[in-house]
Amino acid sequence: MKNKLNSLFIAGALVFSAQTAIAEEVVNVLNWSDYIDEQVNEDFTAATGIKVVYDVFDSNEVLEAKLLAGGSGYDVVVPSSSFLARQIQAGVFQKLDKSKLSNIGNMWSDIEDQVAQFGPLNDYSVNYMWGTTGIGYNEGMINERMENAPTSSLAMVFDPDVVSKFADCGVHLLNAPTEIIPAALAYLGEDPRSTDSDVIAKAEAVLTAVRPHIQKFHSSQYIDALANGDICLVVGWSGDIFMAQYAAWDAENGVEIVYSIPEEGALMWFDQLAVPKDAPNAENAHKYINWIMDPEQIATATNYVWYANGNLASQPLLDEELLNDPAVYPTPEVMAGLYISPTYDARSQRVITRTWTKVTTGQ
Amino acid sequence: MFFMLPFIFVLKISLAEPIMAIPPYTALLEWGDSLLPSIRASLESYLFLFSDSLYIKAYLSSLKIAIISTILTLIIGYSIAYSVAKAPTRWRGVLLMLVILPFWTSFLIRVYAWIGILKTEGLLNLALMSIGIIDKPLIIMNTDLAVYIGIVYSYLPFMILPLYANLEKMDMSLLEAAADLGCRPFKTFWTVTIPLSIPGILAGCFLVFIPVMGEFVIPDLLGGTKTLMIGKVLWTEFFYNRDWPVASAVAIILLALLVVPIMLYQKSQEKAIS
Repeated sequence: MKNKLNSLFIAGALVFSAQTAIAEEVVNVLNWSDYIDEQVNEDFTAATGIKVVYDVFDSNEVLEAKLLAGGSGYDVVVPSSSFLARQIQAGVFQKLDKSKLSNIGNMWSDIEDQVAQFGPLNDYSVNYMWGTTGIGYNEGMINERMENAPTSSLAMVFDPDVVSKFADCGVHLLNAPTEIIPAALAYLGEDPRSTDSDVIAKAEAVLTAVRPHIQKFHSSQYIDALANGDICLVVGWSGDIFMAQYAAWDAENGVEIVYSIPEEGALMWFDQLAVPKDAPNAENAHKYINWIMDPEQIATATNYVWYANGNLASQPLLDEELLNDPAVYPTPEVMAGLYISPTYDARSQRVITRTWTKVTTGQ
Repeated sequence: MFFMLPFIFVLKISLAEPIMAIPPYTALLEWGDSLLPSIRASLESYLFLFSDSLYIKAYLSSLKIAIISTILTLIIGYSIAYSVAKAPTRWRGVLLMLVILPFWTSFLIRVYAWIGILKTEGLLNLALMSIGIIDKPLIIMNTDLAVYIGIVYSYLPFMILPLYANLEKMDMSLLEAAADLGCRPFKTFWTVTIPLSIPGILAGCFLVFIPVMGEFVIPDLLGGTKTLMIGKVLWTEFFYNRDWPVASAVAIILLALLVVPIMLYQKSQEKAIS
């Protein structure tokens, strides 16, 4: 009898919990790793009652594969601008309903203009954060090996005479051909946005010449490696290098990390909040995006991750140190030298990838 | 069925052409105006694989890594399995437990642990330098050597378990007989123990060789960028080039290459039973 009662009770509990599960509002978010202050999500749930199911990814390519396979089940995803542009063409995303986004007036028109160069991105997305791809280095280890090293130039990594001096302390490059090949072209004074295979071949020559001095091509290991002093030089994403800087400072291990935007220009990228066409909770997705556009919320996130955001109204709420750091919010002169990534079509993408394989593996 | 269904899906994609859409490849069957569907299959992806030496080199390089690591795993695994099988009965359970124990933690965490051991400022270098064997750190991390260490470590239990199962059942009286007839222990090992344990050796080698051929995680985390393996090539095709048909063709050919040794193994198993 007791057993029967027990099972009745369990069955009842199951039915009850199933009902609450149906009633519970959720929004499924897929964002980059280490890219938000968790408090922002917790406060969203507290304010709206909508639960945030938060997943992370660490490469645009992986995100794209998920989206193109269809039925990803996510309501809000955060691809970078150049990837978003062609995903819109493939019909992955829905247009945002601006009438549901009351905070849209807070956005920074300068950033919207930059994003518009990629296509009709502002109809489908709003900016989350943006940054640059530049040089991160360990000040002590670099000075030890070379006096007056050209730390604000891409010669640091693309001039064999310079980079060879740092080979023994470890040099990493992002494993992102669409970021490193344009950088090599910028170093040569070529158009970094070129999709011409003859021009790309020039970048291949530069990269092949410095290849022996590069320890690894990887897009996330450098954060820890730089902070621990395992490597001394990297071409990486601004915020990641600030994260390494902070980690080293926190560990008090005597490692001083510096980020510099190279004078030859640097790639500028924009991570955009967008809603897939097949999002199961599009309504909640809009509510979530509107919440992120609230100056206070995005300021909390930026103060935590040290990436610049595309929200003008949030700027008075940012740490002064961060807002005045030209490596995070570059001066207008530096801004003018930044370039955006080209959107490669299938053919030029294959050229880029094949060049990359040739450089990295020697095959 | 479990084997055929995914295979048919992959085969189907490999015959399509890439486009930018959801899903990113063309449909194989097209329902036009006529009642019968028209089939649009293309062997372009397969032809492409042979037009560029990269793919053949990647297959050969994977084959080399798989063969070397299988041999290394066999040598180490055999000695461990042999010692466990020869240990007193009450110890065997504990020893076998020690072999299986690492499986209780995530595979990924174990590979990450090797990064901590092998890196320039890692445990191994610190230990060797503090006792004065070397004065400059060894560069192991991000080389092929690190990949071999990672693979041998991760796949060792797959070698030990079938070998142990085989060696444990071995009839000891055969060894005693050999000794009685004046055969030296070493010769006994070569002429009696090894031939008797061939089914175990084969099973262990296949359990290691086949997954190592397609291994992606270990070369990605421990290997340098020079480490060329077919798993990584497949990844680039799929994620960077968004070319699902070529990625599927790579997978189909890999499967075809693996089917040959699997067939041979099955044949030898059938022989052993009959």
